[in-house]
Amino acid sequence: MKNTPLTQIHIALGAKMADFAGYNMPIQYSSITEEHLAVRKKVGVFDVSHMGEFIVSGKEALEFVQKVTSNDASKLNVGDIQYTCLPNTDGGIVDDLLLYRMQDDKTTGFPVFMLVVNASNMEKDWNWIASYNTFDAEMKNISDQTGLLAVQGPEATAILQKLTDINLSDFKYYTFQTGSFAGIDNALISATGYTGSGGFEIYIPADKTVQLWNAVMEAGKDTGIQPCGLGARDTLRLEMGFCLYGNDIDATTSPLEAGLGWITKLKKPADFVGKDWMTAQKEAGLKRKLIGFTMQERRVPRHGYQIFDHQENEIGVVTSGTQSPSLDQPIGMGYVPVDMAQEGSIIFIQLGKKLMEAKICNLPFVKI
Amino acid sequence: MNIPENLRYSKEHEWVRIEGDEAYIGITDFAQSELGELVYIEIDTVGQTVERDEVFGTVEAVKTTSELFMPVTGEIIEFNPSLDEADGDNPGLINEDPYGDGWIIKVKIADMSHYDELMDAAAYAELIG
Repeated sequence: MKNTPLTQIHIALGAKMADFAGYNMPIQYSSITEEHLAVRKKVGVFDVSHMGEFIVSGKEALEFVQKVTSNDASKLNVGDIQYTCLPNTDGGIVDDLLLYRMQDDKTTGFPVFMLVVNASNMEKDWNWIASYNTFDAEMKNISDQTGLLAVQGPEATAILQKLTDINLSDFKYYTFQTGSFAGIDNALISATGYTGSGGFEIYIPADKTVQLWNAVMEAGKDTGIQPCGLGARDTLRLEMGFCLYGNDIDATTSPLEAGLGWITKLKKPADFVGKDWMTAQKEAGLKRKLIGFTMQERRVPRHGYQIFDHQENEIGVVTSGTQSPSLDQPIGMGYVPVDMAQEGSIIFIQLGKKLMEAKICNLPFVKI
Repeated sequence: MNIPENLRYSKEHEWVRIEGDEAYIGITDFAQSELGELVYIEIDTVGQTVERDEVFGTVEAVKTTSELFMPVTGEIIEFNPSLDEADGDNPGLINEDPYGDGWIIKVKIADMSHYDELMDAAAYAELIG
């Protein structure tokens, strides 16, 4: 199991630790609900240094990125970020990722991109992307040299502003800037996150991660900044209906079925992996769709539970479920046939031997 | 980790406190700590006799669901009203006081030898390391 630069700090703070994607990661420090609500109401900080970062650069870097991702990378200006995915060749997704359009290379003038991928998929993604590199482009894995903190919540901007001269209140969502942050040169400050509560993600050299953590904790001390683990990260993203790779999307689910049609640009000015089957699927019409639902009773749905209709026919499967700390109610997502996916429809979730009623609802579960 | 001396323990992390031929049963401090915040306790076996090692209920935590296994064969005569959604509806009591107010069921023990076969505090401490 690998450590992040902060693993010892998490242990010293009394976090419950677990292996996640091969990293020794904090699951929770105090309680998932407490951490969750801190992010919704104030501010929380997450160590997400386990995420993978690849740099793609070179004369044909854009063409290469366009080939392997579904969104239209040609739309990005320097400083822009895009949510996108790597489609596979047979109807599914290799991974979802964030694509950063970095400053052009100073010496060559060629474009540079950073791809931020799921830790659990890092090696698979690297091999997949590399297998399509027939372009004049280079790949570099900087994951081990990169630390990453997510500082999320309505108070994040005010706290982080103490640590930098970059004006954080003018930041547009899904853009980034580089500069000095907490005395660390070349920090990358990104107006992104996986919680729906706003805030920033800050990339720094791995050996500066402890310095950044300490500075952020100090700056947020009076606000009651809360260290948050992967448990709260999951409940926060699920309340927003954000997909988690391995749960809601995987090698067998199409981005169109997952409600990610907006990151599949079939008309972009470049051919890309998966375009054929995506086009065919769109023309034929979708068979199933990822929906959100709330339970009518108190039992909590979990990944893998089966979904049934009124006639007790199996119609789908739960992909994510939890007790929503904001709603104090069980919520879940899952795939059901398109003709049963209307808001307000009643479905049944199998919990042990029982079928329990659930109602399909619009996403996100929580409006912020 | 709190492991009271006066209780007996099962490998499924339940504790048993005996009072005559009746027993209070709950989950251990270790179990509640592993599960995290409990949000719902479902016991629909009150009035039934449940065999040792069979499921008598389910606990829902934020992150996970876990079944509850009978440490001794017996008739379930009461579900802690403080936990029951129809009454006190406070499953967090298990997190706060797993061996006291957070008891889950009261049972009429059918076979006392089952109780004698449970672990004592020292053996349970060894099990959870």
